[in-house]
Amino acid sequence: MAHHRILTANIEYDDQRQIAAYEKRGGYAALRKALALPPEQVLAEVKLSGLRGRGGAGFSTGMKWGFVPKNSGKPVYLIQNADESEPGTFKDRLLLERDPHLCLEGMIIAAWALGSRWSCIYIRGEYAYPAVCIEQALAEAYARGYLGKNILGSDFSLDIILHRGAGAYICGEETGLIESLEGNPGRPRIKPPFPAVVGLYGCPTVVNNTETLAALPWIINNGAAAYKAIGTDKSPGTKLISASGHVSRPGVYEIDLGYPLLEFLNNECGGIRGGHRLKAVIPGGSSVPVLRADELAGVCLDYESLQAAGSMLGSGGLIVLDETSDMVETALNLQHFYAHESCGQCTPCREGAHWIEKIVKRILAGRGTAADLALIESLCGQIGGHTICPFGDALITPVLSLMAKFPEEFSRLIDQGLDSLVRESYG
Amino acid sequence: MTVVLSEAAEARLREIIASYPQAKSAVMPALFIAQEELGWVSDEAIEWVAQRTGAAPAHVRSVASFYTMYYKRPVGKYHIQLCRTLSCAVCGGKELLSCLRERFGVAPGEVTANGMWSFEEVECLGSCGTGPVAQINDVYFERLDAAKLEELIRRIEEEQPDLRYSTVKKELGGGLADRPRSAVWK
Ligand SMILES: Cc1cc2nc3c(=O)[nH]c(=O)nc-3n(C[C@H](O)[C@H](O)[C@H](O)COP(=O)(O)O)c2cc1C
Ligand code: SF4
Ligand code: FES
Repeated sequence: MAHHRILTANIEYDDQRQIAAYEKRGGYAALRKALALPPEQVLAEVKLSGLRGRGGAGFSTGMKWGFVPKNSGKPVYLIQNADESEPGTFKDRLLLERDPHLCLEGMIIAAWALGSRWSCIYIRGEYAYPAVCIEQALAEAYARGYLGKNILGSDFSLDIILHRGAGAYICGEETGLIESLEGNPGRPRIKPPFPAVVGLYGCPTVVNNTETLAALPWIINNGAAAYKAIGTDKSPGTKLISASGHVSRPGVYEIDLGYPLLEFLNNECGGIRGGHRLKAVIPGGSSVPVLRADELAGVCLDYESLQAAGSMLGSGGLIVLDETSDMVETALNLQHFYAHESCGQCTPCREGAHWIEKIVKRILAGRGTAADLALIESLCGQIGGHTICPFGDALITPVLSLMAKFPEEFSRLIDQGLDSLVRESYG
Repeated sequence: MTVVLSEAAEARLREIIASYPQAKSAVMPALFIAQEELGWVSDEAIEWVAQRTGAAPAHVRSVASFYTMYYKRPVGKYHIQLCRTLSCAVCGGKELLSCLRERFGVAPGEVTANGMWSFEEVECLGSCGTGPVAQINDVYFERLDAAKLEELIRRIEEEQPDLRYSTVKKELGGGLADRPRSAVWK
């Protein structure tokens, strides 16, 4: 199946990050076109295209922009979320490093549609090299008049700055990000109010993922209808899938949404690494439910199909595990991540994340009891839905789904464990 | 206590503060600048950031402590951040931490006696398709195994490359000539 190349059309070219090469391949034409249209029309076009947020939630981009109040008298801020820290996800880095002007052009178009005069790219701190690529692209864009005062002779002026995070997963959550950008620890805020109404410095703020914004130039150039014609009815367009783990050819792939998952694994990723068998996939970054190999027949890479299968497309971080993977160890690895990354302001999340990690560790060490499995479930029940941000729901997902899908791996360790007297002394 | 950093650092921070709608937003970049010049986030670093941004020292301290990339104690000239998260772990990353322990004879977070090395385990670095991955100062090294890691450490000790991207100078550091730029796509 031939896939459209909307985001990665020019990703092979080493000179693509230089503005002259970017322009030569048609870059910044979409910005010219957008600036000739009234902002409302750009917004309408994005809404029509059906583009959905690529940061994880898959919410309609046009609809989200529509929540920004008109004439509030306050500045509107646009933030590009390049925090990319969801385990298994490495697609934004590809765009930031290889095609930084695409990330900027999409952002400038969005700022025009939203009426933003100051915008910011929030990039995770570890991405030092992508940050340099973006800094250089920003300098070039200013020099060529795509940024700054009176862009391309219009009365539209826009500044974009780059803000580096400093190693905190939770700053990918949009309100944690906003706190961080205000110079605070990145502790998420209670919603509502939503950032579109009360965001950065109390002003209307739109946070969009890098990949979402990078799709805009193509949509403006080719029209909403052309975008909507790609992919499925409810999941239009293309998506970057980051494939990692036990596949022969890991990497970032651009696919038309709706591509059958098993075909993707075999045709694009070269199947499972030599001589091994597929055991399970985590399709949307570590925070979505795991799917067993036998559940994958007919499942497609799009929002609806994965949801029907009991998981989510999320960020498109597809983690592939073969039969050598121990699922209790997998659970421990991920629970350690969540215990480390909780921002600590909600008790269920802060305490629960550590408890769960400890219990899984105990089970893996052969010291677990049957009551431990029930304890994990009851703890998870007290975390899910009882926290300020969705991190609480994310942290219970791996362990619950691994326990549900591979119960024998947990119970085997418990049955093999020490006798109950010894167990009791370990509590 | 009056702390003064290099004129380049002072000028760069003034430029950064002016680029934000509110000065307090510059606390994070200011901490990076101070760390770059002072080696870690010392009391002087906190003081300098507080003075320049107008934020309370206690606030600056709370920010520094929230984010793992601000070093609350000195690190080695080369600081290795080894990814421990799932995709790297299942591709051979699990054994690498013990390699580092043995090679350097110190625990994670400690600095070798010659001041050259320190290491820690970190969470997903966003390079899962080329795991196992380690970030040394600012540069990613990918598809590692025990032998490659050992060779990398040997070369760094020999060549002493600059693996930092400078915030102050806004430019790329030098580095190993063939250091991976980590571009992976199909
Ligand atoms: C715990 C957590 C972590 C998140 N991390 C990221 C991230 O690294 N990058 C990202 O774009 N969105 C992330 N999100 C989603 C953002 O909150 C936000 O929905 C997104 O950036 C909106 O952009 P979009 O509509 O273009 O997807 C995260 C959400 C949660 C709850
Ligand atoms: S759920 Fe966890 S990460 Fe989110 S705000 Fe609460 S403590 Fe912080
Ligand atoms: S799991 Fe190691 S870089 Fe993502």
